[in-house]
Amino acid sequence: MQRIKALFFAACLAVAGAAQAEKVTIAAAADLKFAMDEIVAHFRAENPKDQVEVIYGSSGKFHTQVQQGAPYDLFFSADIGFAEELVKSGHAASNVMPYALGRIVLWSPTLDASQMTLASLADAKISRIAIANPKHAPYGKRAEEALRAMQLWDKVESKLVYGENIAHTAQFVQTGNAQVGIIALALALNPALAEKGRFYLIPEHLHAPLEQGFIITKRAAGNAAARRFADYMNSKPARAVMTKYGFVLPGETLGQ
Amino acid sequence: MLLTDADLEAIWLTVRLAGITTAILFVLGTPVAWWLARTRSVWKGPIGAVVALPLVLPPSVLGFYLLLAMGPNGPVGQLTQALGLGTLPFTFWGLVVASVFYSFPFMVQPLQNAFEAIGERPLEVAATLRASPLDTFFSVALPLAKPGFITAGILTFAHTVGEFGVVLMIGGNIPGVTRVASVQIYDHVEALEYLDAHRLAGVMLVFSFLVLLALYAWRPNARK
Repeated sequence: MQRIKALFFAACLAVAGAAQAEKVTIAAAADLKFAMDEIVAHFRAENPKDQVEVIYGSSGKFHTQVQQGAPYDLFFSADIGFAEELVKSGHAASNVMPYALGRIVLWSPTLDASQMTLASLADAKISRIAIANPKHAPYGKRAEEALRAMQLWDKVESKLVYGENIAHTAQFVQTGNAQVGIIALALALNPALAEKGRFYLIPEHLHAPLEQGFIITKRAAGNAAARRFADYMNSKPARAVMTKYGFVLPGETLGQ
Repeated sequence: MLLTDADLEAIWLTVRLAGITTAILFVLGTPVAWWLARTRSVWKGPIGAVVALPLVLPPSVLGFYLLLAMGPNGPVGQLTQALGLGTLPFTFWGLVVASVFYSFPFMVQPLQNAFEAIGERPLEVAATLRASPLDTFFSVALPLAKPGFITAGILTFAHTVGEFGVVLMIGGNIPGVTRVASVQIYDHVEALEYLDAHRLAGVMLVFSFLVLLALYAWRPNARK
């Protein structure tokens, strides 16, 4: 009995403690997977009291979830349009803050993608190509645009498999189930993938820009830690991480 | 018609997947259920547990293992490639294989219960009448276990229709090949097409209710 009481007391303390610490929950587009992990690590080091939790997924899904009152304080969308819609529908406590331009690449662990172009995808030797679902994933939409711009869509459509988000797409390729994929440059540059395969940067004139933006959601209007993290995105260390992962930052051009 | 062509394609695909899976599981599940019902082997426990695993395992675990096993570097993938079949992920037959694993307990457990309910006596009587074991099985056990077969068939079919996580992980969402109704609904929701999602979701809801209604309405009669 004594032990149960002690346990109960400890549990109460833990709950009370958690309620006092400032907590930020971030919903981030899957292309940010590795970059955001690093930024959060830097942020934690500088703000040890703030608790940060990140959930990765497709921007379209998060957009729906935020509308339905999901407990996210910040929403980083791979398509600025989703963030703009949330501002318009009154689900945001901030304006849309553009944070990066994304790029898409061909990537493969078995073929040397750096020697390929989009036209190589029509090759009969390639039987499966992974892209993100163009219906709701921004990177998938841009992949479709680029393939259509090269008049390749009709030739490759039967080989396409669709990932739920861009990280899921990369996983299809990494496991070898698709020989090649169109994924985010940010993922191809992450060490875990970069060690396994090379990439071909798809020219940006082939698709609409992948403008990315984030918002502070309405529920976080009074969350100082969320505000701190939003400001931190503009800090030197955060910008350095973003650049390292191939994102073009607002007000900069891609340095070759 | 309220449903789009893509929705109908997804529904038809789902029905085909569930139908083929159920047919295959009748063939595979019956001997396993029969063995589990009659054996006194020490293996009864372990095998029964393995059969029941998909009831407990998250679909993502099954999907993860299947994706790696059936991929070009996995053991199943190596085998299918050596046989000239290519690899199974992102194909309709890949989904069939996954569904057979996923729905296995839904076939075996009702059958096992039905076989156990028959008891020893009818089989012993058949044996004294010089029926061979095979004859006994087809002329005595099968007819007596008929209610179990109907329950198992309906449950297996319905459970396969309800599959989502495994399909998402190994399907690749290809229209007409691996984009089943549950995934199509997910896509509608993610694309904010709530109206389309509602239509298809409504169809699934009505279907599931009718299946269960059929099962429960029919069941009391089975008790003779």
